[in-house]
Amino acid sequence: MLELFLAKYNYWIVILLMMIGLYVVVARGNLVKKIIGLNVFQTSVFVMYISLGKVAGGTAPVLTGKNELFSNPLPHVLILTAIVVGVATTALGLAIVVRVREAYGTIEDDEIEEIERQDMAGDLEGRRR
Amino acid sequence: MTGSALSGIMPHLPALQVVVPLLSAPICFLLRRGLVSWAFATVISWAAFATALLLLQAVLTDGTIRYEIGGWAAPWGIEYVIDATNAIVLVIVAGIGAVVMPYARRSVAAEVPANQHSLYYTAYLLCLAGLLGVSITGDAFNVFVFLEITSLSSYILISAGAGMDRRALTAAYNYLVLGTVGATFFVIGVGLLYMVTGTLNIIDLSARVPALQDNRTIHVAFAFIVVGMGLKLALFPLHTWLPNAYTYAPSTSTAFLAATATKVSVYVLMRFLFVVFAPTYGFMALTLNYVLLPLALIAMVAATIAAIYQYNLKRLLAFSSVAQLGYMVLGIAYGSVQGLTATLLHLFNHALMKGALFLAVGCIMLRVGDVTMLGVRGLGRQMPWTMAAFVVGGLSLIGVPLTVGFISKWYLVTAALSDGRWPIAAVILASSLLAVIYVWKVVEAAYFKEPPAGRVVREAPLSMLVPTWILVLANVGFGINAEFTVDVAQTAAMGLLGIVP
Amino acid sequence: MTPSSLLLATLLLPLVGSVLIALTGGRPNLREAVTLVTAGLLAITVYALLQDVLAGGQPAVTLIEVAPGLPLVLEIEPLGMLFACVASGLWIINSLYSIGYMRGNGEQHQTRFYICFAIAIASTMGIAFAGNMFTLFIFYEILTLSTYPLVAHKGTEDAKRGARVYLGLLIGTSIGFQMVAIIWTWIAAGTLDFTAGGILRDKINPTLLPILLALYMFGIGKAALMPFHRWLPSAMVAPTPVSALLHAVAVVKAGVFTVLKVVIYIFGIDLLAETGASQWLIAVAAFTLLSASLVAMTKDNLKARLAYSTISQLSYIVLGAALATSYGVLGGALHIATHALGKITLFMCAGAIYVAAHKTEISDMDGLGRKMPFTYAAFLIGALSIIGLPPLAGVWSKWYLAMGAVDTGMWIVVAIYMISSLLNVAYLIPIVARGFFRPSAALVPQSVGAAAAPATNGLREAPLLCVLPPCLTALGCVVLFFYADEVIALLRPIVS
Repeated sequence: MLELFLAKYNYWIVILLMMIGLYVVVARGNLVKKIIGLNVFQTSVFVMYISLGKVAGGTAPVLTGKNELFSNPLPHVLILTAIVVGVATTALGLAIVVRVREAYGTIEDDEIEEIERQDMAGDLEGRRR
Repeated sequence: MTGSALSGIMPHLPALQVVVPLLSAPICFLLRRGLVSWAFATVISWAAFATALLLLQAVLTDGTIRYEIGGWAAPWGIEYVIDATNAIVLVIVAGIGAVVMPYARRSVAAEVPANQHSLYYTAYLLCLAGLLGVSITGDAFNVFVFLEITSLSSYILISAGAGMDRRALTAAYNYLVLGTVGATFFVIGVGLLYMVTGTLNIIDLSARVPALQDNRTIHVAFAFIVVGMGLKLALFPLHTWLPNAYTYAPSTSTAFLAATATKVSVYVLMRFLFVVFAPTYGFMALTLNYVLLPLALIAMVAATIAAIYQYNLKRLLAFSSVAQLGYMVLGIAYGSVQGLTATLLHLFNHALMKGALFLAVGCIMLRVGDVTMLGVRGLGRQMPWTMAAFVVGGLSLIGVPLTVGFISKWYLVTAALSDGRWPIAAVILASSLLAVIYVWKVVEAAYFKEPPAGRVVREAPLSMLVPTWILVLANVGFGINAEFTVDVAQTAAMGLLGIVP
Repeated sequence: MTPSSLLLATLLLPLVGSVLIALTGGRPNLREAVTLVTAGLLAITVYALLQDVLAGGQPAVTLIEVAPGLPLVLEIEPLGMLFACVASGLWIINSLYSIGYMRGNGEQHQTRFYICFAIAIASTMGIAFAGNMFTLFIFYEILTLSTYPLVAHKGTEDAKRGARVYLGLLIGTSIGFQMVAIIWTWIAAGTLDFTAGGILRDKINPTLLPILLALYMFGIGKAALMPFHRWLPSAMVAPTPVSALLHAVAVVKAGVFTVLKVVIYIFGIDLLAETGASQWLIAVAAFTLLSASLVAMTKDNLKARLAYSTISQLSYIVLGAALATSYGVLGGALHIATHALGKITLFMCAGAIYVAAHKTEISDMDGLGRKMPFTYAAFLIGALSIIGLPPLAGVWSKWYLAMGAVDTGMWIVVAIYMISSLLNVAYLIPIVARGFFRPSAALVPQSVGAAAAPATNGLREAPLLCVLPPCLTALGCVVLFFYADEVIALLRPIVS
């Protein structure tokens, strides 16, 4: 049992990070914290990719002429792209949060919902007119 | 067609299809002036459409095209693979873009602040490039990258509606969170596939994965990919981001995204389900029957009922989209040639109908500024062409003969009946009958209710009416003569299932 | 012109007419002239085709292949020829009547009215000449949609509610049942062509045949088989010319026509007779026939009474088809023509009474007959034809239908036909009797239409264009009595 945990500890870490991230996204009402949760969630995937490319005892895949053992570089390259995507997502998310703050005066989920309920009531007012 | 320049370009069409819109995005941004950006984006859209048509023609005559990006061979480099299935998706995406762009000028001018116009068109071009990229690529990870390009730019396209209604911002935010979760799920699935098979090329994957049907890791990858794409394509109950996003986005964004973005996700789901996993038994095959099928049926009925109770036209159509996506997933869940044919047909047909309907609603938005049931009152006489377009689109949505909707429904029911699935045929028909109610709610308001006193409304400008009517006429045209679309869909479906005709 | 281009013309003429009507909408006289000319040309075209068919021709034309294996085909066979003759011939008379009625009542949106009317006629032609079930279904749906604006014409809450029921039931049954039946047939038989002798023999498990038949019969909502008959009374909110031509002739007859087509050319009457798949239909049709007659007796609103009478008469035809004998089918087909003439007469008279006196309830119509002798005389003739008395056309179709019942040895069906005829007497004759023999009540018209007479001398006949058409169709009932043989001769090939 312990062996199962230790031998594949990287995956346990991935799963833990993933759950923490998702939990924050779902449970937190603050829009910025949700973005943070999203980041943790994405990071867990980065870890997964990077760790699965690792070969025990391998070095970085640099051609030095010696026939040495090296890690699979492809997942690492892929994850560079994914990190860029993650950064872009975070930047855009935060930009939207800024705009939300300007428009609503708050970045708390429940308060925004309350304001939107009033907006909706305004729409219905128009319906009765 | 035989010019030497063109023949030099022809072999590189697959690359140009994506690279041209992608590179023109920054150029569009540098152009700064709204009108110039618009003209530039329009030209690029039409170029992309022409490319897509040429590719479709090439695929139909010569079969599958494989193109190595940068000359790197497949297992190491990224490969673009075009067969009948994604050729038709490319045509849908680029075609809708080409039709929507001429429309965009007036609509965007009215709904988006002037200083954001060139940014808006930049985002649009990125979105177009992303959608085309997702469809064309033959590399699983590349799908993710383009998917995120699409998503990020579509968050921008949606939040551009903030000038009209601040709720566009929260809609975009919610879409961003759920969309990112969906895309990340997808990339987890792809990572797991790579872990087991050591390749990301879809053709290689399709050679290795089906032999591993009992592998646990493959099962997990399958689950992550299905859920991730389910989020992206707004499969019930993962659709919650869609209604608000479509309601508060600028009309042009809604029309473009509704007709293309979800379709591309449906395509990716199909590609992975039938080409990569190709399940024949066990966990994955059962998923089709016991997860996707019930969800599709629930979506068709529940979302249609929800649409009946909507007061805002855009929201009404958004819920209707969720229901229509249910039809597409239904065809996927059958897993048969007929089912996939129906899905692919509906993919194409639904793009035409929702495109036409959302464009018509955009016309109402421009002239009336109110797309609620109150706003459309009496428009039958005040905006006859716009409302006529809406009515034809609505009839198509219901599935009245001589419209594309009828063709879709005919093939969906045929697919259900030829497998002897009677109850499903009943649900399909019940849902299309419920659609009569929400379409007729609008028709009655527009034609049999008096307009609010003192409201003077002119018909929408030609630059918006013409694109709307192009799609409306396409609805009727491909409804009267569906031979071509049915043929392509059938070829594509057989290709997906690996059946040689 | 070749027969096949004539065939195409029957479809295109009314469509072109509708476009011209839309263009001339601003000038009512020109617009009505266009309607009349179109109707005239259409009748001539159909007549020319009739000559060709009588000479043994069987023109056909493929319009387009909608999807692989699903072409739109027009092809003439005798039954469709008869239906087309009835519909196109009565369109002329009804157009005259429409002009009188719509102007007499000062109705709104007349251009829309004439446009939709022309489209409805075009789709009726499409139904009549459809060469396969797919084509028929498409025109069937267009007919439903194009008549919706006619039913909702007045735009009042009542009209909208009626139109909703109309559309809901017709679209609901056709998409919910008929389309399923058609697709099932397509999958089983691999074709949808109307073929003499049917296409389903050995293609489908005989125990499933009754189910498929049920999907068709209830799916053809326009045949108003109970329990899907509610749309017909609801449609009575439409202006009377619509009720007269569409809801006594074109739409409802399209329904029973489809029933006959399905029975003859999809199932084949032999197959039905051998398997007994239509036995249940006899019971349902008989029930509809009797109960609709009984309901008709309770209705005081004249148009509602006529509507229920129509439901009952339609079931005569469905019953004839369900018997699955040659006489039953011939009688049913003939009844399409005879009932059309009779019922359109009654409806046009009802409209004439409304235009002249603004009365809709039978109990208010005491003594009107003496003021409007022509209208009432026409009404009497129409009623007698529907009851089935010589020398009026109605007798022949009932005769053949009864013969069909005798053929199968089902005496109870014969009895039902007889009882129902008695019921017809009971609900139609009192209307005339009241008109002639009851003392007139307060005869001051309530709201005087443009055409009503000066209040000083009570009221008199409606305008000429409202009175002449029913007299013509009443005359038609007499003429058809003498020419029924010719019609039977035309129809004979469908059962041989």
